[in-house]
Amino acid sequence: MTSLISISTTIAIIILVIGMVFAFIRLIRGPSLPDRVVALDVIATMAVGALSLVSIQTGQQILLDVALSIALITFLGTVALSMSLEKGVFK
Amino acid sequence: MIFQILVAACAIAGASFMALAGLGILRMPDLFTRMHASTKGASLGVALLLLAVALAFQDISVATKALLTTAFIFLTAPVAAHMIGRAAYAKNIPLWKNSVIDEARGKIETAVPQSSQTENETRPELSDAPPDSSQARRGDND
Repeated sequence: MTSLISISTTIAIIILVIGMVFAFIRLIRGPSLPDRVVALDVIATMAVGALSLVSIQTGQQILLDVALSIALITFLGTVALSMSLEKGVFK
Repeated sequence: MIFQILVAACAIAGASFMALAGLGILRMPDLFTRMHASTKGASLGVALLLLAVALAFQDISVATKALLTTAFIFLTAPVAAHMIGRAAYAKNIPLWKNSVIDEARGKIETAVPQSSQTENETRPELSDAPPDSSQARRGDND
């Protein structure tokens, strides 16, 4: 019954990629810089989810470490961007 | 068998929540409502996906890593959203024109000082007039 997990993770990855496309449209269109920062944050969170789905599908446990690293780094990036935004580095 | 059904349900539910977060970030009218959609939806979605990972592997080290990632995202997503929202409010990012309350008004320093601005000058969306339903309600901020 491994095929159930395989099929469901494939469907989940497709759904997740659709959501990622939505967030990417907002990243391109976003009228202000904070919109783009929020969109990047969501895309990184979706990357964590997609990596966990791929690790289910392939059985590679090491991908979870990559997911954890992405979660750490994107938090740093978001905080750095919002701090520099508040200090007025960007217009 | 029961674990596989649980894994499939958690994976599809989590992916659906994250897709809804993406849809919310695309369709919501201003930055603050977009953050409302993205932060909560994406956090719940990634928690469900990592629960699916923990159920699929049934290994204590994998479950610990999944729990650690979930706890980290649940701790940092509100902090990041708070910082972005604060910076955006200080930068006079406009609110949606049908917003009914602005509780941060006067509490967060904005780029244009609020003592020198007249009412509804930099934030014309906060007028006291009832929302005009004849205008388009979506996408007025893009």
